[in-house]
Amino acid sequence: MPTHRRLHKLTKEERRGLITGLLFISPWVIGFLAFRIVPFVMSLYYSFTFFPILESPKWIGLANFRNLFTDGRFVSSLYNTAYYAFFAVPLGAFFGILLAMLLNMKVKGMSIWRTIFYLPSITPVVATALVWLWMFNPRGGIINYVISLVGLRGPGWLGDPVWAKPALILMSLWGVGTAVVIYLAALQDVPRELVEASQLDGAHVLQQIRYITLPMISPVILFNVITGLIGAFQFFTEVHVMTGGSGSPADSTLMMSIYLWQSAFQFFKMGYASAQAWIMFVIIVVFTVIMFRVSGRAVYYGGR
Amino acid sequence: MASQTSVITLSQGSKHRQTARHRLTIGIQEFAKYLALVLFSAFFILPWVWMISTSLKNPQELAVWPPIWIPHPPRWDNYVQAFAQAEFARFFLNTLKIALPSVIGALISNALVAYGFSRVRWPGRDTVFAIVLATMILPGFVTFIPLYIVFHRLGWINTYAPLVVPVFLANPFFVFLLRQFFMGLPTELSDAARVDGASELGTFWMVILPLAKPALAVVALFQFIGSWNDYFGPLIYLSDKSLYTVSLGIANMRGSYGFNNYAWIMAATVMSIVPIIVLFFFAQRTFIEGIALTGLKG
Repeated sequence: MPTHRRLHKLTKEERRGLITGLLFISPWVIGFLAFRIVPFVMSLYYSFTFFPILESPKWIGLANFRNLFTDGRFVSSLYNTAYYAFFAVPLGAFFGILLAMLLNMKVKGMSIWRTIFYLPSITPVVATALVWLWMFNPRGGIINYVISLVGLRGPGWLGDPVWAKPALILMSLWGVGTAVVIYLAALQDVPRELVEASQLDGAHVLQQIRYITLPMISPVILFNVITGLIGAFQFFTEVHVMTGGSGSPADSTLMMSIYLWQSAFQFFKMGYASAQAWIMFVIIVVFTVIMFRVSGRAVYYGGR
Repeated sequence: MASQTSVITLSQGSKHRQTARHRLTIGIQEFAKYLALVLFSAFFILPWVWMISTSLKNPQELAVWPPIWIPHPPRWDNYVQAFAQAEFARFFLNTLKIALPSVIGALISNALVAYGFSRVRWPGRDTVFAIVLATMILPGFVTFIPLYIVFHRLGWINTYAPLVVPVFLANPFFVFLLRQFFMGLPTELSDAARVDGASELGTFWMVILPLAKPALAVVALFQFIGSWNDYFGPLIYLSDKSLYTVSLGIANMRGSYGFNNYAWIMAATVMSIVPIIVLFFFAQRTFIEGIALTGLKG
């Protein structure tokens, strides 16, 4: 941004441009201040207060944070969220790339396949959650029926603390379609000559993928993994619908977001909930920065 | 796709053998490719089949093991019941009352802001745009408590204002998408308009917006879907059942009816998805191009 001194040096034309520009972006400026920055700072303040919603906030210093880290439910919400993100994000990337590569191999009926893979990702999340809830039902559900066809006995899924998170991860793969479309667009931009040259050099398919395709689409992978990670840390709707907001069984699906919501709207502890929100924010920022750092050398930006 | 162009200069005899073997390899590859696609598709299609099948069952059929695929006779009455019992018509109307103004708000605000970030030259523009992008990682969970308290004080709880008003103040993701598109339009067009004496707003309205229809369609579509599918917003801001949206309404059915009436819930679920499916089939290309646009140019 221009400093005060530089502002005076602006030519008349530049100043007119500045005013016009700021007028055009004013909706964003208002939204940024009113719905982003102010609430952002306020929630930091609330996180240091005791704040039952109907009273005014009282300063209690770091007490909320200290209590959180001795709160067994909060610790398990961290674990559950980490568990979910650790499996759902890489698996989503893997299947997303795999399906996109399949579709990139000159298949017939392209729009049909694409529709099949993509449609679930624009389906209302609540609808998805309700359907999968019924599919996972151990007594009448279709998933354990399919498992029984190969002679095995399916687990209790969402009724079993061990299997509830794997169930959610499996369900999350149903929504991989957006990533497929993005990866496919990226794959179609990989220059044909590069692939053909590697074939002439005798590279087999796996080498081609390892040394040509993946590096060429690596910026898109990074983008998808980061947005996927941010989404996974805020994973909420499915669990809220499937467990009625409880994170059952035995808190095994109690995500950070679910516990945050409970603190705010079931226990009305706004200060405590704000502290949780800030921990979530710090975790997201830290992971985003780490992802950018770690990927720095691995990602190929086409000479830019 | 592999090795179609390989192996040309060989003696006649081995060339015959080579092409035969070549064809066989290609055949196996083709077969494997389609087999993989079919297997993956089964995973993606199964929930749809199960959803529709369940929505047509009677209560006895719900509990039968092994599960019934095709209910006989299909119980269409479930749809009628779900529609009547769950006040579905009202949920639909409520959701439209949120989604349609949101679409208008998203179109106006994001187009203006994106124009300011792409077609107007001003000092500091790119720095400010970097801030816009940075706010994308700010999780909604960090800001919702203060927002809730402010909306509470404003008396906006149990109204649609908290769901609609913020949409009129631009969204970083849509700004990014539209800015990308605007930057691709030739500058000569705006220059010509300016020479003809058009104001900046006039150029925006009469020259740029008509050209940006494809990108605006993407914004409208995504905003509509976003509003239609939203759960968290309605969940925290609406407590009066007569204001519920479709998503909130069907989620609530699970609590009220439980597993015994899962056929109704599935019927309601199918109905909640129909508008999205219809939209998808009318605007398939817009969807696909829009998504590719968002992921690629980052």
